[in-house]
Amino acid sequence: MAELRAPDECGVPDAAPFMHPTLLKNYGKWVFHSHPKPGVLYHRAESGDEVWTVKFGTARQLDLYTIRLLCDLADKHADGHMRFTARSNVEFMVTSESKVDPLIKELNSHGFPVGGTANSVSMIAHTQGFLHCDIPATDASGVVKALMDELHDEFIKCEMPNRVKLSTSCCEINCGGQADIAIIMQHTKPPRINHDLVANVCERPSVVARCPVAAIRPALVNGKPSLEVDEKKCICCGACFPPCPPMQINDPENSKVAIWVGGKNSNARSKPTFHKLVAAGLPNNAPRWPEVAAVVKKILAVYKADAQPWERMNDWIERIGWPRFFEKTGLPFTKFHIDDWRGSRTTLNASTHIRF
Amino acid sequence: MAKKLHDTPNLDQLESGPWPSFVTGLKREAQKRDIMVDLLGQLETSYKTKKGYWKGGTVGVFGYGGGVIPRFTELKDENENPVFPDAAEFHTLRIMPPPGMHYDTATLRKFADIWDKYGSGLIGLHGQSGDIMLQGCSTANVQPAWEEVNAMGFDMGGAGPALRTSMSCVGQARCEMSCFDEAKALRTIINANVDDMHRPALPYKFKFKFSGCPNDCVNSIQRSDMATIGTWRDNIQVNEQYARDYMKGHGMDKLVNDVISKCPTRAITLRNKADAVSGDSVSTVAVDDQHVMQIENHDCVRCMHCLNVMPGALLPGKDKGVTILVGGKSVLKIGATMGTVVVPFMKLQSDEDFEQLNELSRNMIDFFAENALEHERTGEMIERIGLVNFLEGLDLPVDANMVNHPRANPYVRMDEWDEEVEKVNERKAAA
Repeated sequence: MAELRAPDECGVPDAAPFMHPTLLKNYGKWVFHSHPKPGVLYHRAESGDEVWTVKFGTARQLDLYTIRLLCDLADKHADGHMRFTARSNVEFMVTSESKVDPLIKELNSHGFPVGGTANSVSMIAHTQGFLHCDIPATDASGVVKALMDELHDEFIKCEMPNRVKLSTSCCEINCGGQADIAIIMQHTKPPRINHDLVANVCERPSVVARCPVAAIRPALVNGKPSLEVDEKKCICCGACFPPCPPMQINDPENSKVAIWVGGKNSNARSKPTFHKLVAAGLPNNAPRWPEVAAVVKKILAVYKADAQPWERMNDWIERIGWPRFFEKTGLPFTKFHIDDWRGSRTTLNASTHIRF
Repeated sequence: MAKKLHDTPNLDQLESGPWPSFVTGLKREAQKRDIMVDLLGQLETSYKTKKGYWKGGTVGVFGYGGGVIPRFTELKDENENPVFPDAAEFHTLRIMPPPGMHYDTATLRKFADIWDKYGSGLIGLHGQSGDIMLQGCSTANVQPAWEEVNAMGFDMGGAGPALRTSMSCVGQARCEMSCFDEAKALRTIINANVDDMHRPALPYKFKFKFSGCPNDCVNSIQRSDMATIGTWRDNIQVNEQYARDYMKGHGMDKLVNDVISKCPTRAITLRNKADAVSGDSVSTVAVDDQHVMQIENHDCVRCMHCLNVMPGALLPGKDKGVTILVGGKSVLKIGATMGTVVVPFMKLQSDEDFEQLNELSRNMIDFFAENALEHERTGEMIERIGLVNFLEGLDLPVDANMVNHPRANPYVRMDEWDEEVEKVNERKAAA
C-alpha cells in the first residue's frame, strides 16, 4: 500500500483568487444596485465600475459535462469566473450591458433558465433524498425537478409580490429548511421494529434519549433485548430511525407530504418567522408528485393575486389573517393545525381580534 | 464505454420539461462508467418502492475523523449480494468552498478532472451546509481523490458531531448593504477551529454562518448555532439623487404604500420641506422639490425594508458592526429554534475586533463542548439551562435587546437584586 499523505489542514481558501476581477477590485465599495430585468442584477461601485449579474438555474446535482459546459460559457462570456448562490443558482458577472443579452441567449440555448432574482420564485432549496440520504422517505432532486418544471414561468418572470423561497425535505428533520413554502414528508404511522436486529445495530439508551415524547423504552421481545414504542404517545417524527435503522419509519403509503407556509429568515419588515402547517396527507407520488404541485401552485396563485407589493408570504397572511388564508386557498383547517407542542399556548388567539 | 443502462421508466419521466434535468446528467455519466449505471438502477428502484437503500458506515481519509459521508447499498438479493454491485459504495466527500462560492473556471475544471478520474462524475454544488459535494466514490478511491483535492488548496468540510462547514453571503464582493467583511470573519473563525471540524468530538454539530446585513441571505438566524449578522449604530445614510430617481420612477403612491407604511416601527415620516424636523438621530432626504422623507433612527430596527425598496437612496450607516445571535437550529429534538441575540452590537473592523470575535466563537464552542448533552444543539442547551446561565458562562453582559419583553411571571428567586443592580450600574459607569 502506498504511503498515505498527511492532510494539509489548510481550512477555507481565500476567495480573492477565485473572484471576478471587478468584484475583487471593488470589494466593500459597492453603492447601488437595480434589477433591470428578470435574472439580471446591476451593481455600481464607488469607483464607477459596473457589473451585470446574470443568474440562472441548474439541477444542482451536476454531471461533468454540465460543469465543463458552464466553464466554457464563463470563459466565453464572463471573464472565466462564476459564483453559486445558497439556492444552487449560478451567477455570471459581465462588465458591459452589451454582453448581457448574448449571454442569456446562449444560456437559454443550453436549457439553463435565466431568472430567480428579486420577486420571482427562486430555485428550491433541497437535500439528497433517495440519491444519497440514509433515511429518506422520498427523493429530493426529483421533487425539485418536477416542481420547477411547473414553476418555470415564475422563476423566469419575477411577477410575485416579493421573493418566494421554497424548500423540500425528505423527512421531518427538515434539512431543506424554513421557506415561504416548504414541502416536507410527514410520517403518519409509528416505526415498524425489526426486533431481531435492534440489539446488534442500535445503542439502545441513546435511541431512548432521542425520542421527543419519551415513547420508547427498552424491552425484551421474543427473548431478545430490543426496544418498544408506546404507540399512543408516538408522534411518528422518525427521530429514532437515524440512530436505529431497524425502527423503520418510512412507509411507501403512510409517509405523506405536508405543506408549510410563511417561513422567512430575513429581518425585513417583520422579525424572522418559522413556516406553519397548512396542508398534509398528500401522497408521495413519484416521479412527478402532481398532488403536491397542485397545492403549491394554488397557494402561489392566491398569494400572487392578493398580496401587496413587497409582502412576503408571512406578511400577507399577517395582514389578511389565517382564517382568510384557508378560505382563499380552499385548504381545510383541521384540529391538526392547532399546536399542542411546548410553547403552543402563545400560538392561540388570546384576544377578540377576529376578522369578519 | 460503460455497461448497458438499466430500464428507468420512472426516472425517464424526469427528463422532459423546461427545468434542467439531473436525470439527463446522470445518464450522461452512465455512458462513461458503471458506478453511474448502477446508481441509476438503485435510484429507479427507490422510485418504484418508495424506499431508500443507503446505510452509513465508517469511511474516512488518513489524518481526519470526518468529512466523508459513507454510503453502502442495502439493496441486496437473496444471497446478500448487492443488486447493483458497481454502485454498492457511493460515498460523498464534503469540501469547503471559498466564502461566497466564487470560482474561476480553471478550479472547477480541476475538480471535474479529479472526479472524472476517481468518482461517479456527479458533483453537488452545493449542499445545504455549503459544501462542494463530490458524490459517488468507492472506498478505495476516497483517499487518492482527497489527496488531489487537498493539493489544490481545498480542505475537507464537517460531518457528524463537529464544527460544520460555514457559509457567508456574497457581501462585500457585490453588495452595498454589506456591513462587515463576511469572508474574513468566516475564515478567521473556521480556520482557527478546523481541529473541531476534522476530528469530531463535540456533543453534536456546531454551525457558524455570516450574513452581511439583516436581510440574512444565508439564513444564519435559523440555520446556525452562532449567527453573525451585519448592522450599524448610527443614522441611515441617504443619497438625494437616487431618492429623487426612485420618486420619479415610482411616484408618491409607491413611496407611501411600499416604503413608508411598511416600516415596521413607523420610524419613517413624509413631510413638507417646510415642516421637516431636525435632530442628531434623524436622516432626511428630499424625494422631490416639495417633500422630504425623514427617518427617526432611534426608532429604526435596521430591518432593511426601506433600503431594499430604495437601493442607493438609503444605505446602512457608517458606524457598522455585527449583531450576534445564538441557538438557531432545525426540528430535532425540541422543535425548530431561532437564534436569539447575545451580543447586540460589536465592531468588526480592526484586526483586534476580528480577534475578539474569534475568541467569542472559541468560548462558544468550548461552553457547548462542556455543557451540552449528547446530541443536543446549542439552542436546546440554552432552552434547558436558561439564557442567563449561558451568558454568565460566556461572561456576556445582559442587555434589554436580548428579549422581546421582560419576564411576565414572578416565579424567580431575586434575593440578589441589589448586587445585580450594582453590577449594572458599574457597567454603565465604566462604559
